[in-house]
Amino acid sequence: MSDYSPPVEDIVFVLRHIADLESLMELDGFSQLPMDEVEGILEEAGRFMVAEVLPTDRVGDTTGAKLQADSSVAMPDGFDKAYKELVKAGWGSITFDAEWGGGGLPGTLGMAISEMLTATNMAFSLCPLLTHGAINAIEAHGSEEQKSFWLPNLVSGKWSGTMNLTEPNAGSDVGALTAKAKPEADGTYKITGQKIFITYGEHELAENIIHLVLARVEGAPPGTKGISLFIVPKFLVNADGTLGEKNAVTCLSLEEKMGIHASPTCVMEYGNSDGGATGYLIGEENQGMAQMFTMMNSARLGVGNSGIAISERVYQKSLNYAKERLQGRRPETQKGDQSPIIEHPDVKRNLLYIKSQLEAMRCLVYYNSALVDLTRFGKTQEDRTSADERAGILTPLSKAWSTDVANEIASVGIQIHGGAGYIEETGIAQHYRDIRIAAIYEGTNGIQAADLVARKLPIRNGEAMEELLLEIEKDVKENKLDDLSEPINDALSATRASNKYLLECFSELKIDAALSGATPYLELLSKLVAGWLMAKSAEIARTENYPKEFAEEKSATAEFFCKQILPTATALAPAIMAGDEILNAGINV
Amino acid sequence: MKIAVCVKQIPDPAEEGSLDDATKTLKREGKLILDDSDAYGVEMALQLADSAGGEVVLVSMAPNGETNGLRTALAMGAESAILVSDPALQGTDALGTAKVLAAALKTASPDLILTATESTDGYTGTVPEQIAELLEWPSVTFAKSITIDGDKVKVERQTEVGYDEVECPTPCVVSVTAGVVEPRYPSFKGIMAAKSKPLEEKTIADLGIDASQIGWEGARQEIVDVAEVPAREAGEVITDEGDAHEKIVDFLKEMKVV
Ligand SMILES: Cc1cc2nc3c(=O)[nH]c(=O)nc-3n(C[C@H](O)[C@H](O)[C@H](O)COP(=O)(O)OP(=O)(O)OC[C@H]3O[C@@H](n4cnc5c(N)ncnc54)[C@H](O)[C@@H]3O)c2cc1C
Ligand SMILES: Cc1cc2nc3c(=O)[nH]c(=O)nc-3n(C[C@H](O)[C@H](O)[C@H](O)COP(=O)(O)OP(=O)(O)OC[C@H]3O[C@@H](n4cnc5c(N)ncnc54)[C@H](O)[C@@H]3O)c2cc1C
Repeated sequence: MSDYSPPVEDIVFVLRHIADLESLMELDGFSQLPMDEVEGILEEAGRFMVAEVLPTDRVGDTTGAKLQADSSVAMPDGFDKAYKELVKAGWGSITFDAEWGGGGLPGTLGMAISEMLTATNMAFSLCPLLTHGAINAIEAHGSEEQKSFWLPNLVSGKWSGTMNLTEPNAGSDVGALTAKAKPEADGTYKITGQKIFITYGEHELAENIIHLVLARVEGAPPGTKGISLFIVPKFLVNADGTLGEKNAVTCLSLEEKMGIHASPTCVMEYGNSDGGATGYLIGEENQGMAQMFTMMNSARLGVGNSGIAISERVYQKSLNYAKERLQGRRPETQKGDQSPIIEHPDVKRNLLYIKSQLEAMRCLVYYNSALVDLTRFGKTQEDRTSADERAGILTPLSKAWSTDVANEIASVGIQIHGGAGYIEETGIAQHYRDIRIAAIYEGTNGIQAADLVARKLPIRNGEAMEELLLEIEKDVKENKLDDLSEPINDALSATRASNKYLLECFSELKIDAALSGATPYLELLSKLVAGWLMAKSAEIARTENYPKEFAEEKSATAEFFCKQILPTATALAPAIMAGDEILNAGINV
Repeated sequence: MKIAVCVKQIPDPAEEGSLDDATKTLKREGKLILDDSDAYGVEMALQLADSAGGEVVLVSMAPNGETNGLRTALAMGAESAILVSDPALQGTDALGTAKVLAAALKTASPDLILTATESTDGYTGTVPEQIAELLEWPSVTFAKSITIDGDKVKVERQTEVGYDEVECPTPCVVSVTAGVVEPRYPSFKGIMAAKSKPLEEKTIADLGIDASQIGWEGARQEIVDVAEVPAREAGEVITDEGDAHEKIVDFLKEMKVV
């Protein structure tokens, strides 16, 4: 039996009640699909992932991607076939516009499918994830001609995509990048420079790789205002769509990493002794940073989603192990026999600690994703604007909190396995190594916290945030939270006090004081929103005719989350409001 | 060329099944899925229809109007499906199943019927030949490949030592060995398209079958006892004292593998 079975029941529950997928699918712009067929689609997708992708996970970890003498990258056994089958089955393209060959469904449903893909092999899943990013960029900012030229093959997966931001001196500080673009007479550009840490920068799973590269046009202003976005294909594409000669794009080396070994992390060189690589400008010059911002929500949500995926995988593995491993004797067990460790209260606690937070993450991220869908196709401008504001507030939570918790969950999963957990053969350690990166790339979690405090909280001077809190408060007052109102109310008060403090810091220009509390603030707000959604879930499961066992488990995970996890965040209020003095006193710069 | 494929819908083997204490049969109340064994027949039929032209129709008998497994096969590319479902079918044995399937197959008037050699859950491996007998058609078993040649089929028929090449006039029944082709995955687009494909549900009355031939009453097969699977025995360890290769060869001979 495989060690992962797609959690379709909980996914469908969250899609139905928390993300309200049904209403999303009724919006003009999305394809229609009756809600009762969603489950069948997810089951079929899940079956595919388990049969085709899951078997590549271990071999990917042990072999890794390898750079060959000719600068090509050899992928581990099974990847080529899994990728081809994925393209054939079309699971990567269901959320893209039908015009480009996609299924036209909401991104939130795509989230569910990519959760299962990532759970079965995180390193593999990054190839479609990055392609997704490239598609979003071209779709949002490319010309009509660029869209019809590049998108169909990217949407089908025949070609893959990458995102090239990072350089040795430009990581979190994207504005420091130095890659150059020189305009040519024919309207194209010659791109030169080096990019590092480029995920799936080179491989042969797809026939062509479409690199999206941030670079500076000669004479552009310094910093983020002088960055432009280019399409730079690995192979130039002829006007009739056939592949032409190789562009001046080379993978110089692959990084040796802690995890996601099968994902090639490349040092990419654009241009060579003969000149630059041919690139095509997207939109206008110097708009690159603004263009990246419009895609930020969905890219960051994608990474937050990997937190759910790995947590689910870890949970199922740990649960199975705890049922089988015999150690110690419970009072009800005969003398001379040993009990399965799942019967020990501390092991049960560890399992529930994982399960309750995993479900909470799924609520938060899927809810957030639904807001991103509403931002695109909400009925009125007002709907779209308010969805955009709220999605902006929640995205740093989905990205940072989910991946921080997933790291902790992977560690607890190892703990449940005892000594065996530390031994590679058991397989659980891979998830711990794999998920570590999710807290770093796509904007480190520290950057997420800063974004939340410095950009999102101040939207309309805190009004957008307050509207979210009022919605939570309304459910508390109307008793819609399955008897879990009290801890939620406490967290609500702590959040309000923190908001007041942080906004005052900004108005008094004590920016460092506000930033000093950013990370604990992100944790508080994340747990409050997730706790609210979990309490709602429990109420719905109890009152809406769900099987008794499902409702009871939901009620238990919600209660554990709200009564045992949420208060740890409520207690962070003093840390949020401590200011920067203690940091300055404790750490000498 | 019209190719009918018999597909059985069974409880998911990945989930722990349970037996009904009274009848000693497998409980089938939950959702049923396409038997993996039959996915090979479906794939083979789709490939034949692709190369020789024609259409693929599915036939299944299952409790509670179950269509989940049929939807999977429709999403793979079959054109239409016939489902026989009727409360009176409860307790039907392999021969009764063959009678029902034969009657349903007649309504589709195919040129070729494909089945698996045996199902995953029942695995009596008798239904295909019973269908052939009831239709008075020839039958070929254990096919590893099939080609259509005018009004006959050429079949490579797997044997213990290799394969036989046989020819058989159509219409006929051919059972397909598991693992001989790689079944395609239902694609997202295939699943969406499957929703609007014809799926006809029939009762035994529709097929004109006498209730005494089926169900518990008609069953000539009875499960008298069930026993636990014996625990797996410890393996034999061979220590190499220079003659390990001989011991391994002897062991394989004993197992009749070489
Ligand atoms: C496996 C892997 C895959 C990657 N894939 C890609 C890819 O496909 N494309 C791509 O362009 N990049 C990619 N990256 C790069 C990744 O996005 C960066 O590593 C990340 O943005 C952090 O930048 P940095 O490594 O320079 O760290 P730094 O920016 O040096 O950060 C170091 C520490 O300082 C903190 N810090 C930095 N600035 C601030 C600030 N202003 N306020 C508060 N704290 C701050 C950070 O939070 C962090 O803890 C990848 C990286 C890895 C390891
Ligand atoms: C005691 C008993 C009670 C039963 N109760 C029920 C019941 O309540 N409801 C019910 O629907 N069935 C019932 N059955 C029927 C049973 O599920 C099988 O369909 C039947 O016995 C065929 O046996 P098998 O699986 O061993 O077939 P095999 O001969 O091993 O199957 C070979 C191939 O024949 C075809 N085939 C076999 N069965 C079917 C089918 N049902 N539909 C389509 N193709 C098929 C498939 O291609 C299959 O791979 C019962 C059987 C028994 C013995």
